[in-house]
Parts: sequence; structure tokens; C-alpha cells
Amino acid sequence: MSVLVVVECDKGEVKKSSLEVASYGSQVAQLLGTTATAVAVGEASEASLAQLGEQGISKVLYDAEPRLKDFVNGAYTKLIAAAAQQEDAKVLVLANSNVGASVGSRLAVRLQASLATNVVELPKNDGGQFTVKRGAFSGKAFAEVVLTGDRKIIAVKKNSIEAQHEAGKNATVESFSAQLSDVDFADAPKQVVLQDQAGGILLPEADKVVSGGRGMKGPENWGLIEDLAKALGAATACSKPVSDVDWRPHHEHVGQTGITVSPNLYIACGISGAIQHLAGVNSSKVIVVINKDPEAPFFKAADYGIVGDVFDVLPKLTQAVKELN
Amino acid sequence: MKFLVCISNVPDTTTKITFTPDNKEFNKAGVQFVINPWDEYALTRAIELKEVQGSGTVTVLNVGEADTEPNIRKALAIGADDAIRVNAYPKDAFFVAQQIASIAKDGGYDVILMGKESIDYNGFQVHGMVGELLGIPTVAPAMKLDMSGNTATLEREIEGGKEIVEVNTPFVASCQQPMCEPRIPNMRGIMTARTKPLKVVEPTGDASRTQVTEYQLPPKKQGVKLIPAESAGDLIKLLRNEAKVI
Ligand SMILES: Cc1cc2nc3c(=O)[nH]c(=O)nc-3n(C[C@H](O)[C@H](O)[C@H](O)COP(=O)(O)OP(=O)(O)OC[C@H]3O[C@@H](n4cnc5c(N)ncnc54)[C@H](O)[C@@H]3O)c2cc1C
Repeated sequence: MSVLVVVECDKGEVKKSSLEVASYGSQVAQLLGTTATAVAVGEASEASLAQLGEQGISKVLYDAEPRLKDFVNGAYTKLIAAAAQQEDAKVLVLANSNVGASVGSRLAVRLQASLATNVVELPKNDGGQFTVKRGAFSGKAFAEVVLTGDRKIIAVKKNSIEAQHEAGKNATVESFSAQLSDVDFADAPKQVVLQDQAGGILLPEADKVVSGGRGMKGPENWGLIEDLAKALGAATACSKPVSDVDWRPHHEHVGQTGITVSPNLYIACGISGAIQHLAGVNSSKVIVVINKDPEAPFFKAADYGIVGDVFDVLPKLTQAVKELN
Repeated sequence: MKFLVCISNVPDTTTKITFTPDNKEFNKAGVQFVINPWDEYALTRAIELKEVQGSGTVTVLNVGEADTEPNIRKALAIGADDAIRVNAYPKDAFFVAQQIASIAKDGGYDVILMGKESIDYNGFQVHGMVGELLGIPTVAPAMKLDMSGNTATLEREIEGGKEIVEVNTPFVASCQQPMCEPRIPNMRGIMTARTKPLKVVEPTGDASRTQVTEYQLPPKKQGVKLIPAESAGDLIKLLRNEAKVI
């Protein structure tokens, strides 16, 4: 019996959300009195996988099949299922990402497991009753869920668990083969298009986000958002109407119908704070709102606020960050 | 081409969420229910593809009790041809997925579409479970869907970009924007919806694998701390020293 952690890698590195997942998995293993093994997907370097020891992982399984570099649902599902069988995993932990949810839901059927997505805390194991807490109602509530199946799959929401770090510990990296055949790659991508990321920080992974709304007046003013984001090491985002009129690309749109983010810091500039926007950002740890209208609803959800003109306030903030660094 | 579009019945986006006094159930009193916003992308795209092909059918499917029928009728008014309601409370994603897979298998559908997730439970699970139960590919979440004969070309969102994927029918896709511009029903649609077939079937089995024991509301915010615009730079010091986020 063990805990199996699914680790997503990109350009040789383990993704930040997967470091959180690895920590989560090792803590679950401790809770259950067992060890945590990881199975890595994507393009990984041996060194970065060995470093997962710092998150408490003892062993990492890695299939170097080149076609696994990009996400292929069929092949990933088979690979992870094979690893789960080999390790006799009773609990699987993955990121609540597009990859994690895609394979997690297939695995739930294949492994006859209970699945909980959007999980925000470590599980409780009371007298054999295994309970997790998950976000629900678009960030407006939480649900305590009992996973009644023999096997459990948990998809952990980003930024809800701090990645532990015990320097110098290494995991052993073992090559692993799931005997994948062409059939398993039937849904392999014909092409992968990577987005232009401001400062190279992915919005879904970011722990700081600077976001602009219609109050920014036009795309030509986004330099102000980008400057602050760059100074902070933050990703950039926007409200729906901004992407609807193509001031910004769709992948930056956060909210009910866009991306859900839960960074440590969310700075909203010229965004009114409509409930549909809040749905995608209200689980951010600290929310800062800059709006010239003191009645803007966003102030009700904010921790810090400035009633003022973004064109005047943003340069001051960027300047202050630069002075701090 | 036969399209099956799964819709769920969810509290309107702007609903203030409250629970029954024992915190065991969502408090439905006074709440307006709508078609899950993500499902509207699936529904509209299916109708558009049917129109482009000039043939085929769009069937909507809901797992829910009788009170979901107004929204099923709305989907018919938007342009679906017929509807099926599986007469059961949607207990959990696995239960729902089993009902969908069973209907899909019996009906011989080519394309099964649904929204990325429902805005009440935010599961993002049903698509993969249905695909796995049927042994067919799933593409989730899909931002674009085009069909040529039996081959579909989709754009799937991945963190940091998108994948262009080609799959053959049958397949499952969960949809999100910017797939299409969701349609609203017009008068003619509303009139014809009344006479379109809505079949009610009983569920197959009652297996579920999760159980919600309690709902909670997030802790109340402390209230906003306002910093004067003239000394905006002070905010940065607070973010470092007080909030400790930079
Ligand atoms: C089903 C549905 C789903 C939706 N999904 C989403 C979603 O996912 N994400 C989303 O964002 N929205 C979504 N919306 C839209 C949402 O309801 C709002 O319309 C939207 O969030 C408003 O965007 P905004 O705040 O940028 O623009 P506005 O509402 O126009 O607000 C602009 C704000 O900028 C302020 N402002 C103007 N000039 C300045 C200045 N110089 N300095 C400082 N402040 C200034 C104004 O005071 C105002 O508060 C959805 C709507 C529906 C119906």
C-alpha cells in the first residue's frame, strides 16, 4: 500500500503546483503510515525528479518515451494506472490542473476510485472515514466530502498547500515503462501552441497576479499593468470584457467563465468586481483593489484598496516595488 | 451526426449561497436555477455544427428531478431537437457519468458534449468518467471544435498553451469559451419547444463514490484597509511587512 503522486513537468522542471502536490502526497503518506512514490509526466530531467526527495518523495517512476512530452490523455491515463497497480497505491494525488482533472476523471473509473477535485486541505482520516475539503459554488463555499471508495484520488487546488522543503534529500529515479502502443496515442496532439507569457510566468501557476479591467481604457495602456507585474514577478490577467474586445488574449481572462486563480496576491486595476469576476479570484489570499469609484463592489472583497485613478496609482506602485528590491 | 449535449441545472451565477441550518444541503429557497453557463457553449456549438452539416440531431440530456424541466425546455427553445431527463437527484459525478454513459451507449451518439464543469459543484470530472465508461477519447477542456466527416479537430487548453487534437467519432468533449457565442431562445424557439419530445427515463443503478457531509462558507473578510492614493507606495510596504505576500 502506498500513496502515488502524479508530477507534471515542463521543459525539464517539475511544475510549482506539482511540488505542492508532492508535499501533499507525502503528508498523506505519513498520515497513513506509508511512503509516497511519484510518477512523472511531461519533459523531466533526472536531477529535477531526484530533487522531489525534498518534498518527501522516496521514489520517482519515469517513462522516457518521447511522445509523452506533451499531454496525451489516453497514454497518461494508462501510464499512471500502471504505476498505481505496480505500487499498490490506495491514494493518488494530482494537481487540479487541466491535465490532472483530465486523467484523474478517467483514472477514477479505471481504478474504481473515489475522486475529489478542487481540494484545498490535507485529508482527515477519522476511524477509517476519509474526508477532504474542497471548494464549491465557484469559490463561494466549501464542501466536506467523504471518499467512500476503496481507492481515493485527490486533485489539489493550486496555492492551497505550501510546498515543504527539506534541503538535500534525494529521491531515487527509476525508469518505468507502461508498454504504451500507438493506440494509446490516438488523441496525441497534432500541434502544441504555447502562449506568450508576460515575464514567462504562467497565469494558472502564478502566486502573484496583476489584473486589468475595462477601467484601463484600452490595450495601449497595458504597459502599466505589465510594468508592475514585471517588478513583482507576477503574471498578468484581465476581466472578461477586456478579452471579449481583444485588448488581451482569452487565456488571460479570469472569472466564472475564464480561468480560476488562487494566488497569494491578486491586484485588480480598474475592475468593478462583478460577482462573475469574483468567482474566479475570490480564493486569492490577499486581494488589492484599485478603482476610482469608492462604491465599486470589489472593495467589499478586498483586503487592501486604493480609491484612485489607475493611471496615477500604477506607476507609483511600480516605483515603490523597484525601490524595495 | 447525432449530438448528445449534457446540461446541468445550477443556481444562477449571482446567487448568494446559503445552506440549510444543519449545513448539509444547499438552500434552494428563492434561488433561480439556470442552464450551467459552460453547458451553453456545448449546446450552441452542437446546434451550429448541425446547421453547418445540414443534417443530424441534437439531443439534450439532464440528470435531475422534475424541477429541472423549465431549463430543459429552454435548451429545446435554443434549438435542440429533443430531450431526455434521467429522473434522479444527481448525487455525485460518478453517478451522473454512469447515467450519461448508459444513455449514450443505447442511443448511438457520435459526439457527446458538455460544459467544462458545473458552477455549483465545480467537479470537472464527468467528461473523463463518461469517456472511460464508454472507452472513447475525451478532450477537456475544449476551446474550439470543428468537424469534417467523422473527424473532429479541437483545441484543448493546457496550462501555458493549447493543443490541437484530432479525434474520430465517437468522442466526448467538455467545452469552454471561446468556443462560440451562446444563443438565447427567440419567440419561435420558445413556441416550438413546447411540442418537442422530452422523454423521462429512470436511472440505471445508484452507485456513487463520494458523499458531502457538510457545507461551509468561507470566513468573513476583515474589511478593506484603504490607502490614500497620494501615498500609494505605502501599499507595497504593507504587502511586504503586514500581509507578507511580496
Ligand atoms: C454568465 C456570465 C459570466 C461572466 N463571466 C465573467 C468572467 O469569467 N470574468 C469576468 O471578469 N466577468 C465575467 N462576466 C462579466 C461580469 O459580469 C462583468 O461585466 C465584468 O467582470 C466587468 O468587467 P470590468 O470590471 O473590467 O468592467 P466594468 O464593469 O466596466 O468596470 C470597470 C471599472 O473600472 C473602474 N475605472 C474606470 N476608469 C478607472 C480609472 N481611470 N482608474 C481606476 N478605476 C477606473 C470603474 O469605476 C469600474 O468599476 C460574466 C457575466 C455573465 C453574465
